[in-house]
Amino acid sequence: MKKVNDASSGKRVMELVRNNAVPIMFIIISAIFIPMAGLTPGYLVDEIVTRMGRNLFLVLCLLFPIMAGMGLNFAMTLGAMGAEFAIILVADWQIWGIPGVVLAMILSIPFSALLGILCGTLQNMAKGREMIISYIMNYFISGCYLMVVLYMMGPIIPIKHASIMLPRGLGIRNTVSLLNMRQCLDDLLAIRVGGVKIPVLTFILVALLCLFIVWFRRTKLGQDMRAVGQDMQVAKDAGINVDRTRIISVVMSTVFAGFGMVIYLQNIGNLPTYTGHSQIGMFCIAALLIGGASVEKASIGNAFLGVILFHLMFIVAPKAGAFITGDSMVGEYFRVFMSYGIITIALIMYETKKRMNKSRAGRELAEAQKREEGAK
Amino acid sequence: MGTKNNAVTLEKSHFQVMLEDFGVPRLMIAGFLLALFIITPFIGINPVRQITNIINRFSWNGVLVLAMVPMIHSGCGLNFGIPLGILAGLLGGTMSIQFGFERFGAPVCFLMAVVIATPFAILLGGGYGWLLNKIKGGEMMIATYVGFSSISFMCMGWLLLPYTAATMVYGLSGNGLRPTISLDGYYGQVLADFLKIRIGRLEIPTGSLLVFVLLAFLMWAFLHTKTGTAMTAVGSNPTFARAAGINVDRIRTLSVVMSTWLGAVGILIYQQGFGFLQLYTAPNNMTMPTVAAILIGGALVNKASISNVIIGTILFQGIVTMTPTVMNTLIHMDMSEVVRQIVSNGMILYALTRKTEGSK
Repeated sequence: MKKVNDASSGKRVMELVRNNAVPIMFIIISAIFIPMAGLTPGYLVDEIVTRMGRNLFLVLCLLFPIMAGMGLNFAMTLGAMGAEFAIILVADWQIWGIPGVVLAMILSIPFSALLGILCGTLQNMAKGREMIISYIMNYFISGCYLMVVLYMMGPIIPIKHASIMLPRGLGIRNTVSLLNMRQCLDDLLAIRVGGVKIPVLTFILVALLCLFIVWFRRTKLGQDMRAVGQDMQVAKDAGINVDRTRIISVVMSTVFAGFGMVIYLQNIGNLPTYTGHSQIGMFCIAALLIGGASVEKASIGNAFLGVILFHLMFIVAPKAGAFITGDSMVGEYFRVFMSYGIITIALIMYETKKRMNKSRAGRELAEAQKREEGAK
Repeated sequence: MGTKNNAVTLEKSHFQVMLEDFGVPRLMIAGFLLALFIITPFIGINPVRQITNIINRFSWNGVLVLAMVPMIHSGCGLNFGIPLGILAGLLGGTMSIQFGFERFGAPVCFLMAVVIATPFAILLGGGYGWLLNKIKGGEMMIATYVGFSSISFMCMGWLLLPYTAATMVYGLSGNGLRPTISLDGYYGQVLADFLKIRIGRLEIPTGSLLVFVLLAFLMWAFLHTKTGTAMTAVGSNPTFARAAGINVDRIRTLSVVMSTWLGAVGILIYQQGFGFLQLYTAPNNMTMPTVAAILIGGALVNKASISNVIIGTILFQGIVTMTPTVMNTLIHMDMSEVVRQIVSNGMILYALTRKTEGSK
């Protein structure tokens, strides 16, 4: 009796390891790298807390499209671009501090929502390849964003303050200073624990989003979304407007990504006008996947664990690379390679699993048919 | 009255069918390019020079775009994984310089670059093909990320591989390749200068064009052999192909290897025309324009021909070269990067969302 128990618990451990292979791998990598990097624990904790405040909101907004079975939303950058656009306007109107942040968030909603609707509509036109659409969409809208910010701001969209404009009087500078907005959310209600600043208000916002997600899953719309994610045909037969539900999930993702981007930018303290959004999507998706999420299943816990592990690696990799090879660029490239690699592996695992399920379903169907024929 | 209305709607639908056949975006791009050409003499730009530019750029990019064809034919979709081929080509190019083949003349140096790149291309293409067979249906997304991860992996490689040729490594430390390596004295312009034709200001890089024609002809001939027909069959209906006794996985792998090898040769031809070897993250910038070019030429996600390659490359490179010159003269601004980004990605989006092509 005991033996059987042992075997099953051993199996359970194996199962646990297999299901969490990615986070465990990253814990091991970090465990090797941290001593090599030679950073103090205090510094590491401080950095990670800062980065959690900065990135968690952005990572969480990826959960909605996954819920609706639309995979990883590479188009979350659309929301980020909407937020950048809003921040440029707010910076020009010189509304600073908390009011500026709030205004930027509100102002970003129409842009992010509009872009989200566009993206969702296109994704509905190409069901089954949502991810590649969202991925290309990100580049396409990025081009449009450049067009607007680089050439239309000034002559068409009035910008009053020359300080944020390029010297030629057209287009926005490469970096817009948000010094008067810098960390205003983080500093409000911030507490210090042993030299580590904890941005309580930012974490409260993140907690509110988590609560919203938990609550949303139980609403009618949330249930619909999950049904659509499980099986579109069944959901349609059950009377759910599939296309509309899918668009809503994308719009929610981009709108929250817009809020997240405002939080991110107020933490950084300046706006890299043309490059700010380009890496956001990749890093957030990599973080979520490192936390143990997959293309069709992700939880709030995955997001938290992922942000911690990903940024731990992000901080220590350059130093560790310099330690091993004497060249800090190697570590720099290594962390980029890890983020791309992890997305590649997650996508491969998702597709192979999908194929296996499909062939299993086919086999079952064939067997059922055979049995039926036998009964006749 | 009723019949009249009917006739009108019929005519309209006929027109619409024609329009759909040609594709609205393609029409817009061709029209835009034509408009650019028409205004060039009026704003003081020499159209002949522009034509030279376009021909030149066509000769650089043609083979890279051609590399899209086999994978589209075998149903693997658009090859967003072309960076793998490009990396094989870059390995060939750098090694050819490292081993000092320029001693035997520039043509030998170029030829050896192709020869050295070939085993890498076959190896990488084989592995990549094997992977794509495991994940049928999700090729494009995974291809994109395979491309990204291999590029960032090779970024470390370029730093750590033991290259020593003085013209390629960083001057101070003596290890790690430079991001941009001049091909002067190696194989720069080696094809372009072969039988070069000069008529006034018009210059035609005959050698590069001949190589493109040769490879395009070989591709065309291959698609008409037994294996080539099998490839098309696999692409249009895998179930039927399997029933006909075709080894689907083998054909798909073959198409991926071909595509990767053409990518390797393509980047070598691109570099000899451009005159520089670009390493590190530079291959990232090659993917989207290449994919967009063949789509602008009228290819679908699962259907492409040689004429698509030629038309697409001319149209896309035309836009890329003409827009900055015309814009610069008209409004003194360079919008080329933005226009290119919008056009190429818009085209890919259009191709991916087309209803006619259906989902597989």
